[in-house]
Amino acid sequence: MAEISIRDISKTYGKNTIMQGVNLEIRQKEFVVILGPSGCGKSTLLRMIAGLEDITKGEISIDGTVVNALEPRQRGCAMVFQNYALYPHMTVAENIGYALKVAGVPKAARLERVAGVAKSVGLGEFLDRKPGQLSGGQRQRVAMARAIIREPKVFLFDEPLSNLDAKLRVQMRHEIRRIHNQIGATSVFVTHDQHEGMTLADRLVVMNKGTIEQVGTPEEIYERPASVYVAGFIGSPAMNMLPGRVDASRGAVLLDNGQSVPLPAQQARAANGNLVQVGLRPEQLFLASPASAQLTATYVFQEELGSGRVYHLQIEDIPLCVVSTEKRQMTEGDTVGLSFAADAVHLFDAKSGRRVARGTADRVLEVTA
Amino acid sequence: MRRAYFKTSWIAFALLAPQLLIIFVFFYWPSAQALYWAFTLEQPWGGGNTWVGFENFAKVLSDPYYWSSVRVSVIYALATTVLAMAMALTLAVFVDRQLSGYSAYRVAFIWPYAVAAPAVGLAFQFVFNPGAGIFSYINAVSPGMWNPSQYPSQAILSIVIAGAWKQVAYSFIFFLAALQSIPRSLTEAAAMDGARPLRRVLDLQLPLLTPTFFFLLVINITDSFTDSFGIVDTLTGGGPFRATDLLVYKIYADGFRGFDYSGAAAQSIILMCLVMALTFVQFRYVERRVHYT
Repeated sequence: MAEISIRDISKTYGKNTIMQGVNLEIRQKEFVVILGPSGCGKSTLLRMIAGLEDITKGEISIDGTVVNALEPRQRGCAMVFQNYALYPHMTVAENIGYALKVAGVPKAARLERVAGVAKSVGLGEFLDRKPGQLSGGQRQRVAMARAIIREPKVFLFDEPLSNLDAKLRVQMRHEIRRIHNQIGATSVFVTHDQHEGMTLADRLVVMNKGTIEQVGTPEEIYERPASVYVAGFIGSPAMNMLPGRVDASRGAVLLDNGQSVPLPAQQARAANGNLVQVGLRPEQLFLASPASAQLTATYVFQEELGSGRVYHLQIEDIPLCVVSTEKRQMTEGDTVGLSFAADAVHLFDAKSGRRVARGTADRVLEVTA
Repeated sequence: MRRAYFKTSWIAFALLAPQLLIIFVFFYWPSAQALYWAFTLEQPWGGGNTWVGFENFAKVLSDPYYWSSVRVSVIYALATTVLAMAMALTLAVFVDRQLSGYSAYRVAFIWPYAVAAPAVGLAFQFVFNPGAGIFSYINAVSPGMWNPSQYPSQAILSIVIAGAWKQVAYSFIFFLAALQSIPRSLTEAAAMDGARPLRRVLDLQLPLLTPTFFFLLVINITDSFTDSFGIVDTLTGGGPFRATDLLVYKIYADGFRGFDYSGAAAQSIILMCLVMALTFVQFRYVERRVHYT
C-alpha cells in the first residue's frame, strides 16, 4: 500500500562509487524484482530502502515521505534476509512475535496473532522449536512470518531463496507471490536468478555495475532487451550475438564472415554503415536444410534437455546455440542450416551496446524510468 | 587437523624435553614437595622433619585468621569478577558498535593485560596514596577520610579496583570476539523489527553471550584466587590488620615470613584443590554448554 520513489541515488564507500544516478518509481502493490549479477549494487539499493545503509546522494521516499534520515523501524518496511537472520535463542513463536513484543503489544493479543500468522505459512506445529531444530524451508517460513506479522507497507526480500534446494525454491516462490497478493503490500525482491525474476515480477529492474540497465515487465525485457547486457542476462541459454555492419543497399547486416541477416528497410536505412551486433535467441532459431537456410553454421556438440536439445554450433569462431524440440543425430563438423522469423532479429549498436530501434514496430526504450 | 609423525621417537622426546623439564621443575616437584610438607612438621632452617598426618590441616582449619582470609578472598574474588566483567562487557559493547575512534582504543583496552601484577600494584599505590594520589582530593575536603593503610574497607576497595583493572582486558577480548561473531544480519533484523540499540543489546546480544559469560566467570574467579599476590604485596602488604590477607598472600606470609613451612604447605594444598575444583567445573559444565549455531 505504498509507493517507493528512488531519485538520483548514488552510493560511495570511501573513494569507490558503487552506485550512480539510480532512478526508480515503484507503484503501489507492485511486485518489483531487482535482477543483476553479484556486486551490481542490487542488495545495496534494497538495504538503502530498508535504512540499513546510508544514502550518499539522492533521495528515497516511501508514500511521499522522504526516508533518508529515518531509522529502519520508522520506515514501515519488513525484510527477509538471505540467511534468514533468525534469533537463535528464541523459539519460532518468539521469533515471529518479536516485533510485536518490541512494539508493546500485550501478550495475549501477540500470541493470537503469532498463531494466526504461523498457521498461514504452515508453521503451526513448530511454534515451540528453536531455529536450530528446523529445516531450511521451515526457517525460510519463519523469516517470512516474522515479516508478515508486522503488516508492513513494504516487503523487502534480499535473495531469500538462494539457500534452498531447487524444488523448495520453486515452492517458496509461489508462496511468496501468494502472500504478496494476499497482503497487498508493495514488494521489492532482489535476486541474481533470472527465473525467479521472470516468474515473480510485475516489473523487472535489471542492474549492472551500479546502474539500472532496463526497467519493464518480464515480457518487455525478454522481447525488447535495451542492451547487449540485458539480452545476455535474460534468457537461457543466452542470446546469440553476431557482429556485423549494416548495409542499407542490401537491406541486411553483413556479418564479419560474409553471411548476411536481413533487416526491415527502414531500420537498415537508419543505421546504414553502423557496426552492430545481431542478437538471435536460441529458442527462436530453427534447424533447416543448408540449401534453404538464412544462415549456415558448423555443428560442434549437443546437450540433452529431455524436452528438447541444445545444439552448440559455430559460425567461423563465434559460438551459437539453438534450442529445439527436434532431435537430430549429427557429427562434429557437419554443416547446419538455420532459419528464423524476421521479428526475431535484435539489433544492438556495437559501440554503445544499446538496442537499435526496429522502425515503427519497436519504440525506442528509455534506459531508466 | 593434520598430525605430525616422527619416525624416531627420540626427536619427539628431545622436542618435548624443555617443556617437560620446566613443568617438572616449577610445578610437579614443588607441588609434590608441598604435599609432603603438608603432612610433616618441617624445621625452618632445614635438618629433618616429623610425620604428623593431618595435624597441619587441622591447625589451619581451626585458625580464625585463616577463615578471615577465606572470607576476604571470596569477597575479593566476587567483587573483582563482577566489576571486571561489567566493565569489560560495557566497553566491548561500545567497541562493537564501532563508535568513532574505536580502532585506537580497542588496542588500548587490551594493554592492561600485558602489565605484570606487581607493576599494577605499584601504579595503584600512587593512585590511592592518601597524600599525593587522585584520592587525596577526598582528604583535601575532609582530612583523614581516605587512607587505605588505616581503614580495612578502603584497603579492600583498593585491591579490588586494581585487580579488576588488570582483569578487564582479558574479559574484554573474549566479550568483543563473541559480540563480533554474532552475525550482523541478526542485529539488522532486530533493527527492522523496531528494536533500538539498547533493546538489541538486552534481547539479542546478551543472551547470545551466555556461553562466553560463564566461561569468563570461572576464569575470572580462578584468576582472582591465584593471580592476586602481586597486587596485594605491592599495594597493601596484607594489611591493615590482615584486612587484605588473601589466601595466596597468607601462604607467602606464613611460609616465608613466619617460617611455618608446613602450615603454608597445607594452605597451598587447600588452595590448589579449590582451583582444581573450579577448573573441573569449567571443563565439566561450561565447556560443554550448548553454543548457538
